[in-house]
Amino acid sequence: MTASRIAYMTILAKDLRAELRTLQSLPAMALFATTTFVIFRFGLDRTQLSGSLAAGVLWATLLFAALLGVNRLFVAEREEGGFDAIRLAPIDRSALFAAKATALFAYLAVLELVVVPIFALFFLGSAAALGPLVAVLLLADLGIAATGTLISSMAVHSRARDLLGPLVLLPLVVPLMIAATGASEPLLAAGGPGYHRFGGWLAVLSLYDLIFLLLGWAVFDFLLED
Amino acid sequence: MYGKGLRPLSIATVVGIAAALLLVFFYAPLDADQGFIQKIFYLHVPLAITALVGFILGGAFAIAHLRSGNRKWDAYSYVAIHMSVIFGVAVLITGSIWAKASWGHWWVWDEPTLVSFLIVFLMYATYYPFRYAIEDPERQARYASVFAVTAGAFVPLNFMAVRMAQSLVHPRVFATANGGLPGSMMFTFLVCLAATALLWVTLVKLELTAKSASGQLKRLRRALDAPAPGASGSRIAPEVG
Repeated sequence: MTASRIAYMTILAKDLRAELRTLQSLPAMALFATTTFVIFRFGLDRTQLSGSLAAGVLWATLLFAALLGVNRLFVAEREEGGFDAIRLAPIDRSALFAAKATALFAYLAVLELVVVPIFALFFLGSAAALGPLVAVLLLADLGIAATGTLISSMAVHSRARDLLGPLVLLPLVVPLMIAATGASEPLLAAGGPGYHRFGGWLAVLSLYDLIFLLLGWAVFDFLLED
Repeated sequence: MYGKGLRPLSIATVVGIAAALLLVFFYAPLDADQGFIQKIFYLHVPLAITALVGFILGGAFAIAHLRSGNRKWDAYSYVAIHMSVIFGVAVLITGSIWAKASWGHWWVWDEPTLVSFLIVFLMYATYYPFRYAIEDPERQARYASVFAVTAGAFVPLNFMAVRMAQSLVHPRVFATANGGLPGSMMFTFLVCLAATALLWVTLVKLELTAKSASGQLKRLRRALDAPAPGASGSRIAPEVG
């Protein structure tokens, strides 16, 4: 195992353990998402959702719940001096990016494990779409993890960090959301899952993930210089 | 130090814009379909292309800043993005006017290029609050550069996703690419594009000059305001040199 690999594993294990012990982010994210579903139930005045409406509600909710996690991602590092420790340690700084992105990805996956079945229970007639939806969810999570980590690591150093993360992240993930809703819409159609342009949308999601993972990896060194 | 060449550049811009306007109103033929309102095309499309190229240039300058550490490139990147955002406002307004004239609505979601441009504009609009929320100037420059690089990569991805989201059966009302243009219109369009690009370059140069001048002024003021050596009582020994 190389030094970066060890650093990556250590930071990731630290983050997951801290989240498991304090439960700072995940329960709040899940609660937020569930309540948002209830608000959509009344806001749209529907008890059943399908097609584009279902895809829109699902992705808007997941994205805003994800923002909660993104905002918290580097707060401990900033407040407890984690950034200084990483700078002092003789390790590759990109290990921090990889570990944080993996942690965020894990939060999102756990969030969806809880929240998407609730969504199906609330609004969908059948659970048939959930199988293929997993692929879309995972690819979109990867994109949010890459951009979220990048933006959060910068926003945490600013004066208005809780404001700035969502402000910059929202327009940045618009293409990701276009692709995710585009792929989910036929899956959640009323007559059972369809696969209209499913492959094309998955390709866009993968391209987005690839570009922003590489970009985050490449520029993260500059964010920790001081 | 940035002011050199500003005057000839300004003159070239004025001449270019005058020539472009003359061509638009007296040389280019009236569009058979849309009539006079089609002339806004000569303003709208060059502005959009210049703004997008400006955003990409902002990203390229940001890469130069990150690689070299030279703050000059950060100023270039900032001014390029700043000017492109201003051009972007003009793009959205002219696009809106055109949409109202040819489709009857101030905003249409069917035109993927305009929608993509709106999203790109919203992305770059967050550049200012982002940049100015970071206090330390050195860190601010670095983070703004990372933003500019990230947003630069976002532009083509966004265009791709928005275009794909349009249903394939929807007909393109007019080609924004130069596909079906007759020669005289194409020539006018190219002159307009060159004039708009010149305007962008001139404004960028002007702002850089103003920024560098105000920076120099600030430095001079600070030098003047600093207490003369030996005059302040708190100092134990006068500074040397």
